[in-house]
This record gives sequence, structure tokens and C-alpha cells, in this order.
Amino acid sequence: MNKHIISLLMENESGALSRVAGLFSARAYNIESLSVAPTDDETLSRMTIVTNGTDDIVEQIQKQLNKLVDVVKLVDLTESDHIERELMLAKVEAVGDARDEVKRLVDIFNGRVVDVTDTTYTVEITDSRDKLNSFLTSLSSIKIHEVVRSGAIGISSGEKILAL
Amino acid sequence: MTGAEIVVQSLIEEGVEHLFGYPGGAVLPIYDAIHQQDELQHILVRHEQAATHAADGYARSTGKPGVVLVTSGPGATNAVTGIATAYMDSIPMVVLTGQVPLPLIGNDAFQEVDSVGITRPVVKHNFLVEDVKDLASTIKKAFHVATTGRPGPVVVDIPKDITVNKIDFSYPRDIKIRSYHPTTKGHSGQIKKAYELILEAKKPMIYTGGGVILSNASEELVRFTELLGAPITNTLMGLGAYPASDKQFLGMLGMHGTYEANMGMHHCDVLIAIGARFDDRVTGNLEKFCPDARIVHVDIDPASISKNVKVDVPIVGDVNEVLIELNKLIEGSDQRLESGALGSWWQQIEEWRAQDCLKFNRDTDTIKPQFVIEQLHQVTEGNAFVASDVGQHQMFAAQYYGFNKPRRWINSGGLGTMGFGLPAAMGVQLAHPGEQVACITGEGSIQMCIQELSTCLQYGLPVKIITLNNGFLGMVRQWQEFFYDRRYASSYMESLPDFVALAESYGHVGIRVDKPEDVRQALIDAFEKYKDRTVFLDFIIDKEENVYPMIPAGAGLNEMILV
Repeated sequence: MNKHIISLLMENESGALSRVAGLFSARAYNIESLSVAPTDDETLSRMTIVTNGTDDIVEQIQKQLNKLVDVVKLVDLTESDHIERELMLAKVEAVGDARDEVKRLVDIFNGRVVDVTDTTYTVEITDSRDKLNSFLTSLSSIKIHEVVRSGAIGISSGEKILAL
Repeated sequence: MTGAEIVVQSLIEEGVEHLFGYPGGAVLPIYDAIHQQDELQHILVRHEQAATHAADGYARSTGKPGVVLVTSGPGATNAVTGIATAYMDSIPMVVLTGQVPLPLIGNDAFQEVDSVGITRPVVKHNFLVEDVKDLASTIKKAFHVATTGRPGPVVVDIPKDITVNKIDFSYPRDIKIRSYHPTTKGHSGQIKKAYELILEAKKPMIYTGGGVILSNASEELVRFTELLGAPITNTLMGLGAYPASDKQFLGMLGMHGTYEANMGMHHCDVLIAIGARFDDRVTGNLEKFCPDARIVHVDIDPASISKNVKVDVPIVGDVNEVLIELNKLIEGSDQRLESGALGSWWQQIEEWRAQDCLKFNRDTDTIKPQFVIEQLHQVTEGNAFVASDVGQHQMFAAQYYGFNKPRRWINSGGLGTMGFGLPAAMGVQLAHPGEQVACITGEGSIQMCIQELSTCLQYGLPVKIITLNNGFLGMVRQWQEFFYDRRYASSYMESLPDFVALAESYGHVGIRVDKPEDVRQALIDAFEKYKDRTVFLDFIIDKEENVYPMIPAGAGLNEMILV
């Protein structure tokens, strides 16, 4: 079971998202995260799906996605070098010693504190999923009130492009 | 032109002659437009499910797309079973569903359902028309998508206000969909590799499915099989693609396939799969499937390749185009399969064939279902169109009719939809007015769409309904006998109607037959004396006859239960 990041361009039409989501549930494929938004070309949406499965299953996922009439182009980013980013907002308890500790950790993970109260920090970090997970782990005893993550997006490294 | 007139004109532009449907509030404008022209004939069914099955039978028997028109809400939901049936068997179909007016969508309006949402998992694609200016091009796209690549049903959901709005009409000549480019030409390198692998075979086996029929590739398949001299088996969906009377044909394979076909599959060393999708009813236990075989797989749908069974040489393309190229390659080459090895392989196959796995007891007082099918074959000289329902009778028909031509065997293979037979037969009969059309069914299946007897009368469709009546849901009962210790839970059909009287009440001919010696004459009467009438033949058959051979679930193809 390997993690794969599938990035695709699809027609920016109503119902296109439900075709993809429906495909994953109908065929019992795993879906860890899904993010979608229009691109610079307003007729196209770019979707990033993080999934996992054996090589055979991931091959099927790609074929089935390609079969959807609304899907224009597709790439498995994990097949080559790529840049992966996910945005996380986390509201954590920040009282006593924890106030400094959280700030220190946020600096280490290249994040920012974007909102402050007497008892909480709201932290913003953008990085790979793994890094975000590490940040949450490193908070260890510090109480996390709330976590919001955007789901990963990604792009190929170098000159390789996914476009029409 | 109004949207409704555009719908009708677009269908006419597409060459549609028959439209199966049922009116209702949301499609009244379209029905009004249909009423005011006479190029397009509308066939009024008695239930929307039947409209889709009839269009499906029409499509399967002609190769042209079937077209359906139903209203919103229950009209659309009733059509879903037929849409799913067509989807599972890759049948080209365009289904127009009425929808509540755009401003009411999402308001839980009267007869509103999310038709696009409900049908999404069972269509090749679907559309909601949101502007009358898109109507003609959307219908064009629907026909294009439904009929190209791996065919399938396409739904076009049309809100009522769109059908009333006006715009100038021009039907697009061709349409480009930037995200849709099915591959039809097989990769030449792969085709060469396939032939190289085939030449290494000592025990080759050709296994073909519905894809051969869908791509009209029978002629090329026959040539290919002849050139190789190899044995061939067809799936349930593929019957008729290769003449059943030919000696290279081993019959159907799979759960109720012949001994020789399944043993041939199990022992082959090179398997040539063409337009077939390694369905679970064909492969049995995947772990035990074709243990010694290297596999070539030709299919137009890349997602069908290596889905269930890993293959060695995949070829994505239209079956007919690939076979043409493959045949040219073989004809241009002086290399052939090694004849000594092929000879011993055939010897082995003949030993399996000598088992005569389809034999049945002919010396009985009760009618054997196999006998009825055999007699039907004789009386119709193997030339009838045979639409079937789902169950034991379907398997008997597949095993004993012996189809020699493609597009004559019309059955719901993938979804297994009871109720399919009669409406499908209506669609076939409508497309082939002078031909013999039989509907093989059971007393269970026929009652799922029996209301269509009324449609048969209205349009004078002389379908011959051959009911193998054993008073049981036979296939369910068979499984209960084998695997549930004969606990026949809800498989006994109590309170059956008098089918003869029922047929007569609809204005048809009803004939009951309960003795083997009367079977043949009843069939002759149906096809000759009552040639122009719908005839309901109620054959009272052996109550507990089973379909053999049978591969139990989880077993390998070499682990058949024989008689």
C-alpha cells in the first residue's frame, strides 16, 4: 500500500466533483484527501486526490478516472519528483510554559501564529502532509483544540507541466 | 423553434425512427411536438422500465442506439433499472428524462428527483441541460458518447422550461469533446507481440465476449479462429459471435459453461481474450483461473484490462480493427501454430467433449426445459431472435439454442435483470418486423414486466413468449437445494395466474403445454398458425430440474458439478 497523489484537470462543470467522489465510493477506493478549485483557465478545475492502494488498485483508479468523460488529463505526481503542499490551521492551548513552546515549534516548522488570545494560539503552517503530521506529533502534551487542513495540492518539479 | 421541437428534430437528425417512452407533466411539451410530426414513431410502453429494456433490445439487435423518453421523478427512477442493465452490458442508449423547470430544481417540487445524481453511477455520462442554446449540441454529444468507444447509456435531463424556450435550430454536424478520445486502433507493436506469443502456444484457447458483437467483428473472429485452428469459447454475452454449429466452438464457458470449454480454459497455455472482461461468472475463483496461461487481451476499454486478471499482452482498441490487423499479420506470415502440439490439444479437448455434459433425460413424462429450447431451435431453424429473462431458463437458452449469428441472443448478462425479456423482445420485433422473435422466460421473470402484453397488442408485435413454468424461482431454488440444504425460502411461486386466460384477456393467443409430445406442435402453431399474433406459451416443466454443469462460487473452472 503506497500513498499516491493524483492530480487531474477536469471540466469546470456542475456535477464533475460528484462524478469523482462517486467513483471512489462506488468502487471502494480509499480517498485520504481531495481538493479542487478552478485554474487560470476558467473552464477547467484542477483536482488533487491523495489515495493509497496497491499498484494494481492505483492503476485501476487512474484508468477509471480517465474514463470519466469530464476528466481531461491526469498525472500521478508520486511517479516523479514533485512539490506537495497542504495548508493547516490549528488552534492550540497556549498558557504558561506552553505559550513559548508552541511559538518555538511554529518557528521550527516555518509556520506563523495568525491569531492570539490569552489562552490560545491559532497557527498556520504550509508544508507537506508528513511535515504537518510531524508538527502535530511534536505538540505532544499541548492541547489541540481544533485542526483544519486543506488536503494536499501538488505540482511536478522541473519543466514537466499538466496543461491542455 | 421551441426546445421541445429541437428535441424532436435532433432525434430525427440522428436518424432515430423509434422512441420508447411514457408521458408525464415535465415532458408534455415534447410529447406535443412528437404529436405534430410523423417521422419519429413513439412507442407507448406500460412502465418506464420496459421503455428502457425495449430500447435496449432494439439497440442490441440492430447496433443502433436505443432511445427513451420519460418524465421527471418516478418516470426517471423507473427507468433506472433499464439504464443500469444497458450500462452493465455496454449497450448504446440515449435516455431523455424530463425535469421540473430550472427555477424549481432543488425545491422538492412535484415529481422532482435529482435524475443526474441518481443515474450517475449507471451511465457512461449524463447531462443536465441548463440553457436552450445548449440543447441540440448536448443531444449530439449524448449520441456521440453513447455510440463510440465502449458504448453505454447516456442520460440527458431536460427541465420543462427549456422545452418551452425558443431559439434558432441548427444541428451540429460533428462534435468535439476535448476530454473524450476513445482509442480504436490497436498498437501495432502490441499486435505483433500478441502474435509472437500466440505462436508459442501448444494449448491455445480463444475466449471472446460481448465486445465482438458490439464492434461487429464476427467475420474477422471467424477468420482469426480458422487461421489459428484453435478452440474457441464465448461468454454469455458473446454467444452468436462465433457460429455454435462449428466444430472449433466449445460452447459457452463459465459458471454454467460446458465441460470442454471450462477444462480448455483451465488447461490452456495461451489464452486469447477478445472483447471480454473476465467477469466473476466466467473466471470462478481468480486464484485458480487459467493457472498455466499467458494472456493476450484485446479490449476497447483500458480499465477492463488487468482489472480482475493480470494479462501479458494488452491491446487497447476496437476489436474489429485489431482483428483485421491481426488477421493480416497472420495471413502475411508463413508461421503457424505447431501442428503436432495442436493435434494433441484437440485430442484432449475431444475427450472432454465426449463427456457430453449437456445431455439430459429424454425419457420422461414431464417436459424438460432443455427439450423445449432444443425444439425451439429446430422449429425456428436456429434463426430466431431470442430475448431472454434471467434465471434457469436463460442458462438453458444459452446452452441449448445454438446461436449461429450475432445480435440474435438478447439477454441481461451483467446486471441480470428479471423483467428484461418481454420488453426487450418488443424492441427487437419492432426493429425486425418480419423476423421470428422469441422471449424465453420463466413464470417468475415474466411477471416482472407482464404489463407489456398490452403494448404488444397496441403495436401488433407478434412476439412468442416461451414460459418455462416450473412454479419455482428456479435458479434461486437450485442454489437453495445445493447450498442451503433444500430450505426453499420464498422461491416457490404460489398463486400463479392462469397465463392462458391472462394472455387471452390481453387479446393474445394463450397455449398451455404439459406433455413432452405436444411441445413441438405448440411451437409450430405459435410460429406458423399464429404467425402474426402475440402468443403466450405456458410450458409446464419439470419442477426441480437443475442447470448443469455448474461451478459453485469460489471453485475453479475445473471443479464443475456435472449431471
